[in-house]
Amino acid sequence: MTSTVPDTDQAPAPALRGPVARPGSRLLHRMVWLRLSLLLSAPLAWMVLVYVVALAALLITSLWSVDSLSSEIDRTWTLDNFRTLIENEVYRNVTVRTIGVALAVTVIDVAIALPIAFYMAKVATPRARRMLVVAVLTPLWASYLVKVFSWRVVLSEGGLAEWTGLGSPGYGLTAVVITQSYLWLPYVILPIFAALERVPDSLLEAAGDLGAPGSMVLRSIVMPLLVPGIVAGAIFSFSLTMGDYITVNIVGGANQMLGNLVFVNAGAANNLPLAAAIAMIPIVVMLVLLTAIRRTGALENI
Amino acid sequence: MTLSTTTKRILAVITFGVLGLIYLPLLVVVANSVNPSQSMTWPPRGVTFEWWERAAQSAGAREALVTSLQVAAIATGIALVLGTLLAIALQRYSFFGKHSVNLLVILPIALPGVVTGIALNNGFRGILGIDLSLWTIVIAHATFCIVTVFNNVQARLRRMGTSLEDASADLGAGVFTTFRLITLPQLRSALLAGGMLAFALSFDEIIVTTFTAGGGANTLPIWILNNMFRPNQAPVVNVVAVVLILFSIVPVWLAQRLSADVEPAR
Repeated sequence: MTSTVPDTDQAPAPALRGPVARPGSRLLHRMVWLRLSLLLSAPLAWMVLVYVVALAALLITSLWSVDSLSSEIDRTWTLDNFRTLIENEVYRNVTVRTIGVALAVTVIDVAIALPIAFYMAKVATPRARRMLVVAVLTPLWASYLVKVFSWRVVLSEGGLAEWTGLGSPGYGLTAVVITQSYLWLPYVILPIFAALERVPDSLLEAAGDLGAPGSMVLRSIVMPLLVPGIVAGAIFSFSLTMGDYITVNIVGGANQMLGNLVFVNAGAANNLPLAAAIAMIPIVVMLVLLTAIRRTGALENI
Repeated sequence: MTLSTTTKRILAVITFGVLGLIYLPLLVVVANSVNPSQSMTWPPRGVTFEWWERAAQSAGAREALVTSLQVAAIATGIALVLGTLLAIALQRYSFFGKHSVNLLVILPIALPGVVTGIALNNGFRGILGIDLSLWTIVIAHATFCIVTVFNNVQARLRRMGTSLEDASADLGAGVFTTFRLITLPQLRSALLAGGMLAFALSFDEIIVTTFTAGGGANTLPIWILNNMFRPNQAPVVNVVAVVLILFSIVPVWLAQRLSADVEPAR
């Protein structure tokens, strides 16, 4: 920095006019840490105050309870909420149901995504590939609620599903699994496609030239290279299903998932501590899942 | 590996079949907005614009639309400022805890929606003791919109490199002058793209919104959810759903065009 001429009173001059800068600006130029802390302070303050504090408070609230008479929050430490979760059959059933739906959705999505991603990455022409990527990406951004609503319409009495003669499963868990698989399919296709794109064609050709039949190439060369992509897609669909409770409201009939219990307890039942405790279940499930996957080493390549 | 023509055909049929199925339900909703049958039986027998007229006259839907636009606009504004500051800090500097900050930005959309929702609901009502209102929705939306701006700006900064900024500083421009005349103009389309994605994300969000909306402030998705189960409102809900499709697809389409236009010129 060659700036030596002090120019305090003037507005910042156009860059071409020579080495002039305000003292504040010169100070900032010299002090990297000052620039960095000015940049970071506002966004970090927001994220920490709004989000980190809220998450910490959620954990603390789950250890409080609600006075049954005054329905005020009683701020003494207790594990009662978690005892309720373990002992009460309703919570166990809903947890098992939520995990079951999330597993079913994940398996279905991976099974559908694999051939599509393979076609996109290895069979389609580059032009068609670009079009297909856009075709997969666009519905990602179409309103989530509208997509669920559209399945309510399709599966309704006298709706499209009945008209085609396939019949509608009606509103229930099957409809929830169909709708959620539909919602999260693009999130599973994209990482698998990205992983496949990185598999060099020459590798497949070499295996073919050496006499490996197609099924063997898929099993011993493509699949091992695909594992990180599949794991990433599976984590997306599993986590998104665990966190969603609107779908089951709209197409699930009378069924409930964990999110519904959180919502009811935060709202109508006015028991924030219990709602906070229930919200810990998806967090713990996701943490256990991620730790288990990390053990296998599949996360390192995402 | 050589695939037989049959295998290729089967793969093509699966791919195009499934992608067709992805668009089918949305097309059904669009078609049903002019379906004369109130219970939306398929196939439609004729065309009517009655539901569009009723939707245009629905005060509830109009108020919800205004609320949604307000929330999305303010949340996008906050996200633009905070996301840009963060992107510059993380892309141009290295410091202790950088990875944690990176993780923190992604966390609100990575954690299950219910968790983010109840955490903010509990924070506002249980801890701070404030009533839910339009502003609590804005704060929640801004928090998870930061990441879209952040991603776009960070990608642009990475491509830009620092040579122009360095040259500007060498020629004597101050920190703010360089930002105003060199950095900001190069970021413009990234900010526009990130801002539009943030807007679409906020306009569309429902799970976190159900936990943070209150005081009569209903966004359009909440209005749809509240009216979906009323049989006589169903066709109007359908029309609003079509409006929502347009509002979420158009900005994203524009944003993609914007980022695509700039990419070859790097």
